[in-house]
Amino acid sequence: MAKEYETVIGLEVHVELATKTKIFCGCSTEFGGAPNSHTCPVCTGMPGSLPVLNKKVVEYAAAVGLATNCTITQDCKFDRKNYFYPDNPQNYQISQLYLPICRDGHVDVKLEDGTQKAIRIHEIHMEEDAGKLIHDEWEGVSFVDFNRSGVPLIEIVSEPDMRSAEEVIAYLTKLRNTIQYLGASDCKLQEGSMRADVNLSVREKGSEEFGTRTETKNLNSFAAIERAIKAETARQIDIIEAGGKVVQETRRWNDDKEYSYAMRSKEDAQDYRYFPDPDLVPVHISDEWLEELKSKQPEFKDEKMKRYKEEFDLPDYDINMITDSKKLADIFEETTAICNKPKKVSNWLIAETMRILKEKEMDPEDITFSPENLARIINLADEGTINSNAAKQVFEAIFTEDIDVDKYVEEKGLKQVNDEGALKATVEKVISENPQSVADYKAGKEKAIGFLVGQTMKAMQGKANPGMVNSLLKELLNK
Amino acid sequence: MANVISDETIEYVGILAKLELSDAEKEDAKKDMASMLDYIDKLGELDTSGVEPMSHVFPVNNVMREDVVTNGDGSKATLANAPESNDSGFIVPKTVES
Repeated sequence: MAKEYETVIGLEVHVELATKTKIFCGCSTEFGGAPNSHTCPVCTGMPGSLPVLNKKVVEYAAAVGLATNCTITQDCKFDRKNYFYPDNPQNYQISQLYLPICRDGHVDVKLEDGTQKAIRIHEIHMEEDAGKLIHDEWEGVSFVDFNRSGVPLIEIVSEPDMRSAEEVIAYLTKLRNTIQYLGASDCKLQEGSMRADVNLSVREKGSEEFGTRTETKNLNSFAAIERAIKAETARQIDIIEAGGKVVQETRRWNDDKEYSYAMRSKEDAQDYRYFPDPDLVPVHISDEWLEELKSKQPEFKDEKMKRYKEEFDLPDYDINMITDSKKLADIFEETTAICNKPKKVSNWLIAETMRILKEKEMDPEDITFSPENLARIINLADEGTINSNAAKQVFEAIFTEDIDVDKYVEEKGLKQVNDEGALKATVEKVISENPQSVADYKAGKEKAIGFLVGQTMKAMQGKANPGMVNSLLKELLNK
Repeated sequence: MANVISDETIEYVGILAKLELSDAEKEDAKKDMASMLDYIDKLGELDTSGVEPMSHVFPVNNVMREDVVTNGDGSKATLANAPESNDSGFIVPKTVES
């Protein structure tokens, strides 16, 4: 009988924090500067330079810990992790080993079958990022850019609590959403501001013991993570079934070729010789500071979803879409506060907004239109001042530029024609010019009226009130 | 000396520290390290149960800065020390990700 296996997964997630400056110096963290333009003696490890901790890093790290139900280590320290590599100018990385800032947390994730599961977090620690190496294909050299050296990171280490790719994606989605709500990071996997390393082992179902695990790196999207988990599970089961033993190693995933390979192990064993960094004094998070951080925690997705249901009675689908992004949720709340039409606001956000975002390859965070302008469009459409086509046109305009909606409607002549006399004249003209459609309609082809509505709208440059056109047409045709 | 540093240990420490020592230097280093460990062993004679490990000599904490950019373009000064560099940064022997 074939044996049944269970996959056991734990994650190490690195998140780049959204600070303006690096963790230990006043260099900018802005992306895209000329190589080494954001460097100084501290982040290039010059002898005699002295690192000074960025307070915002502590606040972001603790905020993420609080949001993930961790215990905050009120007296924490930094340690040096020693290794040689050209991307690491100090020959050590400042990290936290002995007293990480957060410990023993958990996040609750919802799975597709409706069940809920708690994924435990072992610890969250603060550390600095390394520089970037660019390998020259022809010259046999590498270039080192230290702009990223010293950019603050938190590493979130989970317990081995996940059993499938679905659970891993649910966990990462929840983490990303929570951190985005805190504004602590934009968490973009493709751009590397969120990186996940997958620790995976397999064991016979029912076994209490863990199998030997491997660590898979270089996973740049949720889809890649899912593929890598499936491939690594199958690879390990094949080895065990063939009577072999899984080797503990770090593997690099190649998403184009959909396989992983063992990374060359460093000639010397991983001996990082951690010790407390003597350049940095301990961090003490007082009860007052901790209370202040707690009071700054925002309303998260789960709480918002519950409140929206009660307060606005929106469909679950709408609520889920809107609360996926704090930016969308903020716009929704502010716009609804002005116009008091939650369902209409929701429709604009999940239909038109999503369509344009996708078209322009933008994220909700990039939205610049004001809630006032969206509310104005909704009200104008509601009053019948503009029809839905015109409303979409105005919306496209506010999406790219902060304009005065009323002025725009006026200048572009978008006001809807509700004048029955003017409409009737046009409808009569359309009827006389389209005898075939009229005959079709009278012969029972109800659909023919659609064409006539279209012709009327066209004749009036799209500004006619479509409801009125429809009833006028019916009235005249049924005479 | 109570501590004895083996040939394997001195070899291993040399690898970790990226130091290439001659045989004579290795012998000297073994002696120095053994006497250092002897000195550290002295601390073991004290009862330190209940004493927090010290990471810093001064009783200060929370030396922090606000998140404000204070440094401008530092590329010129940074690259001034580079044995070899160009517009793309420091030039080093090709490193293959391992």
